[in-house]
Amino acid sequence: MAAKQKRKGIVLSAEQRRRRRARSIALALVLAGFAILFYAVTIVKLGPQALSHPT
Amino acid sequence: MSATGTARPAEALSGFADVADYVALLKPRVMSLVVFTALVGLVRAHGGIHPVIGFAALLSIAIGAGAAGSLNMWWDADIDARMARTAQRPIPAGRIESGEALAFGVVLAVASVAMLGLFAGWLAAGLLAFTIFFYAVLYTMGLKRWTAQNIVIGGAAGAFPPMIGWAAATGTIGLESVLLFLIIFFWTPPHFWALALLRKKEYARAGIPMLPVVAGEDETRRQILIYSVVVAVVGVAPALFGFAGLIYGTLASMLGVLFLALAIAVWRKRRGVAAQSAARRLFAFSVLYLFLLFAVLLVEGMR
Repeated sequence: MAAKQKRKGIVLSAEQRRRRRARSIALALVLAGFAILFYAVTIVKLGPQALSHPT
Repeated sequence: MSATGTARPAEALSGFADVADYVALLKPRVMSLVVFTALVGLVRAHGGIHPVIGFAALLSIAIGAGAAGSLNMWWDADIDARMARTAQRPIPAGRIESGEALAFGVVLAVASVAMLGLFAGWLAAGLLAFTIFFYAVLYTMGLKRWTAQNIVIGGAAGAFPPMIGWAAATGTIGLESVLLFLIIFFWTPPHFWALALLRKKEYARAGIPMLPVVAGEDETRRQILIYSVVVAVVGVAPALFGFAGLIYGTLASMLGVLFLALAIAVWRKRRGVAAQSAARRLFAFSVLYLFLLFAVLLVEGMR
């Protein structure tokens, strides 16, 4: 019984869960944004050569 | 043992911040000014920079500014807690831990400099790194609490962004970008000292040696006047050197005279409500002055 209760660990309030979710979503959007940005910059800088293999 | 006894109450944990708290660490209002002035430098350079690269460079500069803001809030949390205006910032309010803000700032600083270097060249990246160092270390950790000349020297950090934008577009430092630097550099002291006249007691309580606290209000008024003369002249310089057009020259002259007139009013009205409102008017106008000058430079540069 005691072990079962210990496994509960930290219990977040509804507000804290909402904030964690908001942070996760914000981070996902930022990462997706950076992926798009780096893709766009690569294409602009290298042009079609981005796809050619070095020999 | 009850269930509530084994589960630690989550309310006791700090660091449960909202997204808005992390945004606040980046000092978005300062960031917007940095992006705006950097954009003016970028556009006026006519360096033929690709719009995507230009956007990526501006984003890097914005992140760099945010990093500097975060490091500033990390270091200044003790002062912020003592001033009414800043006591609700994320660190003094306990929503973000101090070490977290430090890590956030350092990671963003390194990332922004690396990004700008890869996107737009290492001169611009070097300038950005120097600006972050200047603001976060030299100004925040050194000058701010040590000397009444804090914002005069620290003002350089706010003046670098147009030079960074210029360097991102051209890979060089042109005379015009130096003039843009000088406008912001000489504009900073009268702008902040007008505010310091209004907030003297708060600065004194927080132990920050702002000029009115250390040298007195009259000396501050004299210094404001001296710097305002320099601002009015330097503001016209881009037209005198032939970089900016007639519209800019005319507007800069008129706004410069107005800046000087308001500084004279601050110098003359030394007591009571009249003195307060004179300082408030100069502070408000100084923001408009810088914005209008750079907005006209931007529009002229886009043609």
